Amino acid sequence: MKHCTATIAIAAALAAGAAHAENREVTVASWGGSFQEAQSKALFEPAEKAGFTVKQETYGGMSDVRLQVSTGQVSLDIVASGSGSAARAGAEGLLEKLDYSVIDVSSFYPNLYSDYCVGGDVFSTVYAWNTDTYGENGPQSWADFWDVEKFPGKRAYRDKVAGALEPALMADGVAPEDVYEVLSSEEGIERALNKIRELKPHIDVFWSSGAQQAQLMKDGEVDMTTGWNGRFDNAAKDGAKVDYSFNQALLDYDCFAIPKGAPNKDAAMAFLAEISKPEYQDDLPKYITYGPTNKAAYDTGEISAEVASGLPSSPENAAMQLPINLEWYAEWEQVAAEMYQEMLTE
Amino acid sequence: MAALGMNADGLRRDERLERLRLFGLSSPALLLILVVLVIPVGWLFYVSFIGANGQFSLENYERMINRSSYRRIFFTTFQVSFLTTGLCILIGYPLAYFISQLPAKLANLCLITVLLPFWTSLLVRTYAWLVLLQKQGLVNSWGMSLGLWDEPIKMVHNMTGTLIGMVHIMLPFLILPVYGAMKAVDADFMKAAANLGASPRKAFWTVFFPLTTPGLFAGALMVFILCLGFFVTPAVLGGGKVIMVSMKIVSNIELFVNWGAASALGVVLLVATVAILWVASRFLNLDQIAGGGH
Repeated sequence: MKHCTATIAIAAALAAGAAHAENREVTVASWGGSFQEAQSKALFEPAEKAGFTVKQETYGGMSDVRLQVSTGQVSLDIVASGSGSAARAGAEGLLEKLDYSVIDVSSFYPNLYSDYCVGGDVFSTVYAWNTDTYGENGPQSWADFWDVEKFPGKRAYRDKVAGALEPALMADGVAPEDVYEVLSSEEGIERALNKIRELKPHIDVFWSSGAQQAQLMKDGEVDMTTGWNGRFDNAAKDGAKVDYSFNQALLDYDCFAIPKGAPNKDAAMAFLAEISKPEYQDDLPKYITYGPTNKAAYDTGEISAEVASGLPSSPENAAMQLPINLEWYAEWEQVAAEMYQEMLTE
Repeated sequence: MAALGMNADGLRRDERLERLRLFGLSSPALLLILVVLVIPVGWLFYVSFIGANGQFSLENYERMINRSSYRRIFFTTFQVSFLTTGLCILIGYPLAYFISQLPAKLANLCLITVLLPFWTSLLVRTYAWLVLLQKQGLVNSWGMSLGLWDEPIKMVHNMTGTLIGMVHIMLPFLILPVYGAMKAVDADFMKAAANLGASPRKAFWTVFFPLTTPGLFAGALMVFILCLGFFVTPAVLGGGKVIMVSMKIVSNIELFVNWGAASALGVVLLVATVAILWVASRFLNLDQIAGGGH
């Protein structure tokens, strides 16, 4: 795979060489798996026609960036990140400020870019269920996910706090719009944790990655799990008996950031400007069911109405969901994560 | 007298030279240990006392006292390590004994099969156990189609699965030193014991077993210490419910801004391990174990 993309990169660079005098090289790190494959096909490879030579890597998240920045050995120009960890890394001083006079975000959704990270795709944290176990009448709310009488069966849940407390509160009867208000105190976090403790005897696995969510559902190891919608769509394409709902799901986005001291900072900024254009963003849903962050991508005609209606960011789906609150994560994630681990080890 | 005195001086000079030469010869090794072991561990200690604000602080240790999850994680780590070591002894010792009694050719074949798993990556072996043991895995589907049990048995994503995977990976580390110790036992000892009227069982427990204990302790110690730092197997087979120190170190690095939060865990694990070794050394002769023989 890596060799393959490298060859394409060289070929594209040679082809583009004539048209573009300058050859701008950038190193991009992402999460691997079906997610990076989609990014590669929709964003990275096409950008090579615009004169970029793209070297792709996989990485372990912002802790890798922290290590590189703190030792002064920065090798990555661009990293794909979850919005929450990017917000924290930005506040920590690990990221370059993005130059929005270079990157055109005029047609972006206003909350999908920040000082340090520009949105790349919109995804949802959903509940998914085995269609063999529950038929088409699967759970339709977080309360259903918690209801082991109505929906008997084994659950899987996240092993980290991100996206794990909001569902518990909604299952406990808190209205979506009040979730973050309730969570903004240790008592509120404890309330969510108590709700998870209630379900814990039925939680067989605490998953740690997107690939694991798909595997658990594919192998029928659990009957219901939380996870990222695109992973389930790709698992279903592979024959897994899995379905999910957007009702009460958590609307979140992935974004691209530039580590502080990136070797090709200017090229990286230009690269982000390039892949944020609608003509790139409109290709992403072909490979994974994650929506564009640039509204104009819906106007190019590449995204059919049918595809659009299945994306997390379609107006209809978005209206059913709770958008992730990054300020809450910046302020409370550390405390909540420690408390979450308390609950996990009990 | 004078000649003897000169001779004594010469001998002493030779001895000094010899010592110097020995020191000179071992200095590259000492330097290597200093560079790759003493300095990093010293740095680990130092960093563990640096707080989030970059100042000297005990916060990384206070956190471990205040949050009971740390206690439980250390407990799980030692529990998994003890159980794995115990199971390895129960399975490995009889197996090594069996192999040691076989004719040389057959024994070599058996040893190769013991070593074979080393040629496969640890990650692959761990995932293979997942495939075998999960709800719709091979073991459950065979067991149920043969009518041995009706409901799928939960063998993975818990402590059971973790132990199965870890025992499998650790067994060779126990079998090899035990086998070595068994082969070193002079067969005449057993004959002599029988000649003096000992039953086979008595001869085994009073002659053979004590002679092989150094190998057993060496193997057990190696298994135990390797287990303490295990990451992949409990992470994959434990289903997120068997949390060991190594996993907490990773999550602390992700969670906290400073390396100290993770270093402190490493320091406590190191100190606890050294303490256990020290206690063990009160009862056992560690030199003998390290020598592996008599």
